[in-house]
Amino acid sequence: MELVEAIILAVLAASTPLLLAATGELITERAGVLNLGVEGMMIVGAACGFGGAWLSGSIIVGALCGIVAGALLSLIFALMTLGLAVNQVATGLALTILGIGLSGLIGARFVGEKITPAPHLHIPGLTDIPLVGRILFGEDGFIYLSLALVVAVWWFLYKTRAGLILRAVGDNHVSAHALGYPVLQIRMYAVMFGGACAGLAGAYLPLAYTPFFIPGMTAGRGWIALALVVFASWRPGRLVIGAYLFGAVTILQLHAQGWGVGVPSQLMSALPYLATVIVLVLISRARSGGSTAPAALGTVFVPDR
Amino acid sequence: MGGTPLLQTVGLTKRYGTFLANDAIDIEIWPQQIHALLGENGAGKSTLVKTIYGLVQPSEGDMLWQGEKMVLSGPSEARSRGIGMVFQHFSLFDNLTVAENVALGLDGRESFKDMSARLEEVSNVYGLPLDPKREVWQLSVGERQRIEIVRALMQNPKFLILDEPTAVLTPQEADQLFVVLDRLKAEGRAILYISHKLDEVKRLCDTATILRGGKKISTCNPKAETASSLARMMVGSEIKEVKAAANRQTTVPRLVVNDLGLEPDDPHGVRLQHISFELKGGEILGIAGVAGNGQDELFAALSGERLAQDPGTVVIDGHAAGHLSITRRRKLGAAFVPEERLGHGTAPRMRLSENALLTGHAASGMVQHGFVNTAATLSTVDKATKAFDVRKAKRDPEAASLSGGNLQKFIVGREILRNPVVLVVSQPTWGVDAGAAAVIRQALLDLAASGAAVLVTSQDLDELAEITDRIAVMFHGHLSAPIPTSEASREKLGLLMGGASLDQKNLDQKEAAHAAGA
Repeated sequence: MELVEAIILAVLAASTPLLLAATGELITERAGVLNLGVEGMMIVGAACGFGGAWLSGSIIVGALCGIVAGALLSLIFALMTLGLAVNQVATGLALTILGIGLSGLIGARFVGEKITPAPHLHIPGLTDIPLVGRILFGEDGFIYLSLALVVAVWWFLYKTRAGLILRAVGDNHVSAHALGYPVLQIRMYAVMFGGACAGLAGAYLPLAYTPFFIPGMTAGRGWIALALVVFASWRPGRLVIGAYLFGAVTILQLHAQGWGVGVPSQLMSALPYLATVIVLVLISRARSGGSTAPAALGTVFVPDR
Repeated sequence: MGGTPLLQTVGLTKRYGTFLANDAIDIEIWPQQIHALLGENGAGKSTLVKTIYGLVQPSEGDMLWQGEKMVLSGPSEARSRGIGMVFQHFSLFDNLTVAENVALGLDGRESFKDMSARLEEVSNVYGLPLDPKREVWQLSVGERQRIEIVRALMQNPKFLILDEPTAVLTPQEADQLFVVLDRLKAEGRAILYISHKLDEVKRLCDTATILRGGKKISTCNPKAETASSLARMMVGSEIKEVKAAANRQTTVPRLVVNDLGLEPDDPHGVRLQHISFELKGGEILGIAGVAGNGQDELFAALSGERLAQDPGTVVIDGHAAGHLSITRRRKLGAAFVPEERLGHGTAPRMRLSENALLTGHAASGMVQHGFVNTAATLSTVDKATKAFDVRKAKRDPEAASLSGGNLQKFIVGREILRNPVVLVVSQPTWGVDAGAAAVIRQALLDLAASGAAVLVTSQDLDELAEITDRIAVMFHGHLSAPIPTSEASREKLGLLMGGASLDQKNLDQKEAAHAAGA
């Protein structure tokens, strides 16, 4: 049973950066913008987050540095794709390449340094309950924050007028413009929210997951987050399920290797993507009409005035 | 007339670069009046109403609202003053519900629950029933327009702008709309009504302003004008009368469709059921119907974009062709002009000569031993240009650079120059100005006179009345039996377009026979 508890704890920790980044990307895509630069924003968030925490000695300062770094990088993306109406796919890919290079530059002096990782919650009595205690009441703050964020995003999208406007902009930017909504401004905020979440997701890695920074430590998690948004068919609830599922696959793959299961690890690593493809097919077969993806996703909008 | 007008524009001008979309327009809108705005495509109607609705900022000139100067920062300010708008291309969100769509058009001062209650109330009061929980993609075009109108009415507007509201409605749906408009007028509201349909304007409107080339030509009382005098003001010259050749003769059946049925390939599609007709050489058959009743699917089945299981369901010039590809059908002498000019009829970013090749490669000697004969493709462009008066900036421009009317003339010309024995054409003059429309209709008549069979799908009943010999109506994937055009009154067609059967008993028997056979 110790092993089960350990696996669940590891799954939660592995899933959290995916959930954070995907939640941000979900808002970006719901506004109709496809930002493929999640991986780049995450890795810069990781470098800046670690740097901030190492210099200040505070995990919270580190997390804030990660958030700001991700948001600033996404601002470049917003200026290019919204202001200058550049192709979103090309810009997003370029952003990832830029982010990987930039993180190496920023993080070079922090490689080999170590910080005290984010503390775990400890509520006497509750945390000590066997099996569930540590899982429910003994996690680090980021895990609780990520779940709260998903609930907040769900509430925003479906219960507030601002959320309705955001969904409308992602469904049909021409109509939204005709009704007088500032399409580009709304999209810029959505992109920056996505950037901030990706930055935080990146910062989680050196602040809580492993207490040090190495270049390229996001290791493709940004791409998984992108696939996750599609997997969740742009719905926050399914995002949680998807993130934990993908996290579980990652962890089980490690254990499977340890147990000597004869499945190539490459195949296991490919599972999340395979799952995404299957889910996409199932969704499009099950639904009778309308579109699952935001209808304006990835299209450039230039208002006429 | 005493007092001040509700809205007055003084020298309203909008420039895009050097292009004058609106040139010093003066217009007065009075309460309790329906004011028509007439003009061809590109005359500046849309720019004018967008300016009045605050979507476009004027370059010069003023707007006076109840006698006071008004500068609009955007549509929400226009709405707060009491200006409402129903868009031509609906400003709806397909994946949101009716209630959410309505909420987005309001300023959000009331709770969603109160808004939903008021939505129900307004839609009941005006007889415009709506289910607030449905998503828009599930609704018919008429229902979508109802959302737009209810949304505008919920702001309790003093002034309502409608941009071609009847373009997509059946005659009966249009009549229902006119009842609502008369009621709004009686309530003291002003209405600005944009339309191409002059009979409608004469019947409904108290005042008409005519725009041409961005300038105001005149303001008149449409009831005192004739449809042709209004058309003359819109176009600026007499429109050439379209004339059918007197001695046109029908020959052998060129296009025969036998009990064609086809499952839709996308969730929004319509299932074609038991479609049969026979079209002889020298004959023009019209297919009327509200958009989305299977016309697109029928076009796809005839052109070979979608294949039928049974080869015998589509017979082109005596050859069973239901299973043949587009190219094979072209080789049998068929030609096709789809509804959408850019993207379906032509590849927008390719030159005209390349677009000529795209349909001409099958049977026009443009490809020799696998190589493209550029001279042949260019000569097709030149011939089409000359025969159909295609106006363009250079010899061989990109398709997207042509205006809608000129591109349509090119596409129709490209197919007719191949001397087809069967021409299937969808919406031949949709969104085309009156001059180009006359050229295209004449070309279709001439083609039929030369012995070809022509099938025209159109939503414009006047067009069908003008050029066809017989008319059939599509409804929910069924095609009615064709009736001679001389006997096809608007009322009769309207009933068919709304799904009524002229001979209900007959249809029931047919259905029963099919059920028994299945």
